Amino acid sequence: MKKVSLFDRIFKPEHIVLANGHTVDRPQSRVPFIAGAVLIVIAISIMLTGFDLRIIIERFYQLSAILGKIFQPDFSYFNKVVGPLVDTIKMSLMGSVVGCLLALPFAILASSNINKNRIILGAVRFVLGIIRTIPTLILASMFALVFGFGTFAGTVAIVFFTFGVVGKMLFESIETIDLGPFEALESMGCNKFEAFWTACIPQILPTYLSHCLYCFEMNVRSAAILGYVGAGGLGILINERIGWRDYHGLGVVLLSLFVTVLIIDQISTQLRRKLS
Amino acid sequence: MSIFEMYDNRPRKAWLYALTSLIVVGLIVWSAEGIEFNGITNKGTEVAYGMVYGLLHPDTSMLFSLSKEAVPYLLFQTIAIAILGTVFGAILAIPVSFLASENIVGRPIAFVVRAIILLIRTIPSLVWALVWIRVTGPGAFCGVVTQSICSIGMISKMYITAIEDLNTGILESLDAAGCNTFEKIRVGVLPQLYANFISTTIYRFDINIKDASTLGIAGAGGIGAALIQAINSRRWSIVGAFLVGLMVLVMIIEFFSTRIRRKLATGE
Repeated sequence: MKKVSLFDRIFKPEHIVLANGHTVDRPQSRVPFIAGAVLIVIAISIMLTGFDLRIIIERFYQLSAILGKIFQPDFSYFNKVVGPLVDTIKMSLMGSVVGCLLALPFAILASSNINKNRIILGAVRFVLGIIRTIPTLILASMFALVFGFGTFAGTVAIVFFTFGVVGKMLFESIETIDLGPFEALESMGCNKFEAFWTACIPQILPTYLSHCLYCFEMNVRSAAILGYVGAGGLGILINERIGWRDYHGLGVVLLSLFVTVLIIDQISTQLRRKLS
Repeated sequence: MSIFEMYDNRPRKAWLYALTSLIVVGLIVWSAEGIEFNGITNKGTEVAYGMVYGLLHPDTSMLFSLSKEAVPYLLFQTIAIAILGTVFGAILAIPVSFLASENIVGRPIAFVVRAIILLIRTIPSLVWALVWIRVTGPGAFCGVVTQSICSIGMISKMYITAIEDLNTGILESLDAAGCNTFEKIRVGVLPQLYANFISTTIYRFDINIKDASTLGIAGAGGIGAALIQAINSRRWSIVGAFLVGLMVLVMIIEFFSTRIRRKLATGE
């Protein structure tokens, strides 16, 4: 006998007698209930946030004016963008490299098929989870107070973020690898490290590098705004241009970011395709 | 050939590895130059100590009070921003993604719409917030509008994949069975799309929760504004309370979103 859910017990399924005498049950639709719940949640959210469509329609000309200026970039400003742009790339590159290297040992410790110690496993996963929950911008603003304003604070923030993300993605892929070769080498007398190095590392390496590249892509995007809280890079310019309402300059900043991200995405996609 | 011969004839890519490692090391050295480490600021150790202390001793009165400045209200506001931003973004993304699917509108239009989507995705959400703030004024309202626009980028990218994978054979057989256009959409198109659409939307909600907590830095409501204020005035136990609240919220939401999406993917 199939287990009847509470919902089906309250709202009895409809009995349909087929032409050949068999009966089938057609459960009542749950859509009205889900739709109702969603509508209530949306109504509460609108109340909490003060959302008002009329303001958007009435004051939309403000946005179109700004966007119009952004799309007419003032290219004479480009010379000042190059320095911070290169800083942004350097920050994200350095942060990604250090974060990815740190993530490797911890990801191995967080894989349930390799680490059999439940306590260490749980602790490492908890740390990885905690780090991922704190937004990079908040981390950067805290590190800016510790290390002073500049690129170093931003780099440390990116290291933390990369560590959390790559660590999680990596232990999920380590858990899917084939442990047969590892056991075979162990049975031939290798110690755990030797066996892991020869049997598991070659299996993990392509995915690991692919995760690292993917994370680097994300980091370039996020490093661009870290300067907003004083952690170096393009964000300083973004903050400054918006503060001065120089949207033509902002247009150049965003355009150069756009082109950079596009190029890096292309390179990284190509490399990742080769890896898989 | 014996195993040993095979092993001796294994492909050797030593020069390729050497070149790759040279490039990588070069890039690392180049990037290390740009990062100036000025040591820790003279109050740095104090600040670092304060942070750890604050995280371990969060201000419990902030954590459980129901006033408008306390953690629960701000977290609810953050959730509300993310919900509205995701819902509006998901709704706006539907027409956009149909317009960007090659099998619906053809190549040229799809290309143009995709370029627009890429443009929306590249402008950081913080910049969107700073621009929208001129329209809406500071507050949670600004966060909602910002997220509605920013979400379009990623959501429509995933929707497009689902739309381009549509199985048209089903539509042909419905045609043969004599269905009209509305019936074809109802039983031929929607069932193929809705699981993917809902899964994408929930995934985006997950991202938006984290994003909503940083938008506050630009003045777009939610927990971010109060958090950054507390950091700048170095009230670490309040920072701790905010961070603990945020961590718990994000972890709960991540847990449920993963479960729901797994259920949608496997149907069980």
